[in-house]
Amino acid sequence: MTEVVATNETILVVGGGISGLTAALEAAETGKQVVLVEKRPYLGGRVSQLYKYFPKLCFPTCGLEIHQRRAKTNPNLRILTMAEVTDLKGEAGKYTATVKLKPRYVNENCTACGDCAKAVEAEFEDEYNYGLGKRKGAYLPYRMAHPAQYVLDPRILGTEDAERAKAACKYNAIDLDMQEETIEFPCGAVIWATGWRPYDAAKIQPYGYDRFPNVITSVEFERLADPSGPTGGKLVRPSDGKEAKNIAFIQCAGSRDRNHLLHCSRICCMASLKQCTYVADAWGEEADVSLYYIDIRAIDRFEDFYTKVRAIEQVKFIKSKPASIVQDQDGNPVVHGVDTEGYKRYANTHDLVVLAIGMEPSVDKDSFPVDIVLNREGFIEADPSNGGVFAAGSASDALDVNRAVQHATGAALRAIQVVNGAAGVEG
Amino acid sequence: MSNTQMIEKYRTHFLREVEANVEEGEWVKMCMQCGVCSGSCPLGKHWAHPPQEIFMMIRAGKREEVLTSDSMWMCTSCYNCIVRCPRELPITHIMHGLAHYAKRLGLVPENQPTAKFAQLFWDNLMKKGRVNELKLGLSLYFMNGFAEGVKTSLARRKLGMNMVKTGRMNPMEILGGHGVKDLSGFKKAIQKAQELEDARIAKQGA
Ligand SMILES: Cc1cc2nc3c(=O)[nH]c(=O)nc-3n(C[C@H](O)[C@H](O)[C@H](O)COP(=O)(O)OP(=O)(O)OC[C@H]3O[C@@H](n4cnc5c(N)ncnc54)[C@H](O)[C@@H]3O)c2cc1C
Ligand code: SF4
Ligand code: SF4
Repeated sequence: MTEVVATNETILVVGGGISGLTAALEAAETGKQVVLVEKRPYLGGRVSQLYKYFPKLCFPTCGLEIHQRRAKTNPNLRILTMAEVTDLKGEAGKYTATVKLKPRYVNENCTACGDCAKAVEAEFEDEYNYGLGKRKGAYLPYRMAHPAQYVLDPRILGTEDAERAKAACKYNAIDLDMQEETIEFPCGAVIWATGWRPYDAAKIQPYGYDRFPNVITSVEFERLADPSGPTGGKLVRPSDGKEAKNIAFIQCAGSRDRNHLLHCSRICCMASLKQCTYVADAWGEEADVSLYYIDIRAIDRFEDFYTKVRAIEQVKFIKSKPASIVQDQDGNPVVHGVDTEGYKRYANTHDLVVLAIGMEPSVDKDSFPVDIVLNREGFIEADPSNGGVFAAGSASDALDVNRAVQHATGAALRAIQVVNGAAGVEG
Repeated sequence: MSNTQMIEKYRTHFLREVEANVEEGEWVKMCMQCGVCSGSCPLGKHWAHPPQEIFMMIRAGKREEVLTSDSMWMCTSCYNCIVRCPRELPITHIMHGLAHYAKRLGLVPENQPTAKFAQLFWDNLMKKGRVNELKLGLSLYFMNGFAEGVKTSLARRKLGMNMVKTGRMNPMEILGGHGVKDLSGFKKAIQKAQELEDARIAKQGA
C-alpha cells in the first residue's frame, strides 16, 4: 500500500510537466510539504519529447536534468507517478484528495539495468515517440526518465513475457501482483498543471492526416529530428524511409478555426520556425522548405528569431492557408491552395508535410475531476470561486516554456499563501 | 435606389454599402484573408476574383470592379468554401447577395450566362407558377440565337428523349403546360413578397 504523509499544510501539485515540476520545486524549496501527482510513469511532460527549445535552440534535457536533480535531493517533495487525482473535496486550507495509482509492476529495487526488456519479446507502439516507433513490453519510457525505473506494459500480464521479465531481473524488482490503488490524503492548496495535448489532426479532414503517411504533426517531427528518436535524428519520411528534403509546414492546423480550436495556440509559429532550422541544419543547400501561413505570430523578443529564419535562403514563406492535400502515385503529398499575395493558385509537391498542430487542454472540459472555472476553450480561468486551486502553465492557456514556468512560480506563491493561512502563519 | 444614388450615398465607404445592402454583407469584415475559400473553390480557376479577393476588394473600396465582375455569378453553391472557412463566413450566400445587389443596380455584365438563365427561369416560373422544363430547356438552348439553338438541341436530343422516357419531361407541355391551381393566388403571394423585399431594401438603403 502506498503511504503518503500529508497535512492541511501540504500542497498538492497535479501534473509533473515542466510547469508542475517547477511549482512543486519552488514550493518544496521554501520548506513546504509537496505531493506531486503525475499520470505518466515519468516526469517532464511534453518538453521531454522536444528536440530543441526555441529561441535559443538549446536542449530541453539540460533544464530537465537540473529540475530532476533538485527533485531527487529535496526531502519535502513526494512524487507519485502513474497516478491521477479523481476527486477533491473540501475548501481552501482543508481539502481531501483522492488519487488513483496504476500498478507499474516494477518496484524501487529497479536499477534500470534493462535485463527485463531484453527478455521480453512483445512490442507495442511507443507513446513517447507519438507512435512513430516501437518499444518492448518492459521498458524505460525514455533515456532520461525520472524515476529511472522500468515499467511493465499491463498487456503482457498473464503471458510468458511477464514470467520471462520476472526471471530475468536480478534485483527482484518485478512484482506481478501489484494492484491498482486508491488513496486519500489531506492538503491545503492545489496546483493544477495538467498541461496540453496536440489537437487530433485527423479531424482536419482536407489535410488527410489519417489517409496519407507522409502528412505528420509538429510533435511527431520533433521526435524525427531528435538523435535519440525513432530514426536516430534522420529526417526520413514514414511511408518509405526516403530522405525528406522538400518539407512543407502548414500553420494553424486546427487553431484559429471555428471548426476546430477557437484560439491561436501561440507557440506553433515559433515551433515551425524552429523546425525550419532543423531541416536547414540537416540538409544544408539541398534543403527545400515551404512554410504556409496566415500571419506569423512571433511576438516581442521572438521577432529576432523570425528575422533569422527569414534570412535562410532555403526557406520559402507562402502566405496562404492551404485548402487541401492530396497524394500522388509516388506517395508525395501535394498541397493545393491560393497564394494570397498575388492570388496565384498552386499545387506543390513535397516529400513530407508537417502540420503545426494546435494545443488544447489535456483534460476534457466535460469530465474535469474538480470543480473549477474553465473558459470556452477548456483552459482554467483564474477565479476566486476556484478557492485554493490554482492553474499553472499550459493548463491555463497555450504557453511556451518560459511563460509556463513564470506562471507556475506565481501559482506556487499563491498556494503557499493559502497553506500559510491554514497554518496561522502571517502570509 | 439607383446606382448613382448609392455611389453618392456611400462615397468611399463601399464596405458599409455592402454591409447595409447585401444579404449577409455584414460578415465581410470578419474575413482574415487566409485564402482557404479561394483554394477550395472547384471553379476558382475559371473566374477573375476568388471570394477572398472579392472580400479584400470590397474593403479596398473597389466598388465598380466588384459589382460589375462576373465572379459572384460563377458560384455554383457547392459550399466547399463555407465548410472550410475558419471564420464561418457564409461565403456562398454573400456571393449570391452580391449578385443580387448588382442585378438590382443594373450592373450585371452583359451576356453573363448565369444571370441570363436566372432571368429565364424566373420568367418561366412567373407564367404558370410552375417551371415548364420543356420551355425552359428550349429557351436556354436558343439563348444565343436561332442557329446556335438548333445545334445545341440536336446535340442534346438524346438527353431530351431520355427525360421524356423516364417521365421527367412531357412533350405536351409545349401546348401551354400545367400550372398551379390558384394562379392568381400565386401571383398575389409573389407580389406581396416583392413588396416586403422592396420595403426591406428601402429601409436598409435609407
Ligand atoms: C511542436 C511543439 C514544439 C514546441 N517547442 C517549444 C519550444 O521550442 N520552446 C518552448 O518554450 N515551448 C515549446 N513548445 C511548448 C511546450 O511544449 C509547452 O510550453 C510545455 O510543454 C508546457 O508545459 P506544461 O508543464 O504546462 O504542460 P505538459 O508538458 O503538457 O505537462 C503536463 C503534465 O501533466 C500530466 N497530466 C496530464 N493530465 C493529468 C492528470 N489528469 N493527472 C495527473 N497528471 C496529468 C501529463 O502527463 C504531463 O506530464 C512546443 C509545443 C509544440 C506543440
Ligand atoms: S501561433 Fe501561428 S500557427 Fe499557431 S495558431 Fe497562432 S498564428 Fe496559427
Ligand atoms: S476562408 Fe473565410 S477567412 Fe479565409 S479568406 Fe475565405 S472568407 Fe476569409
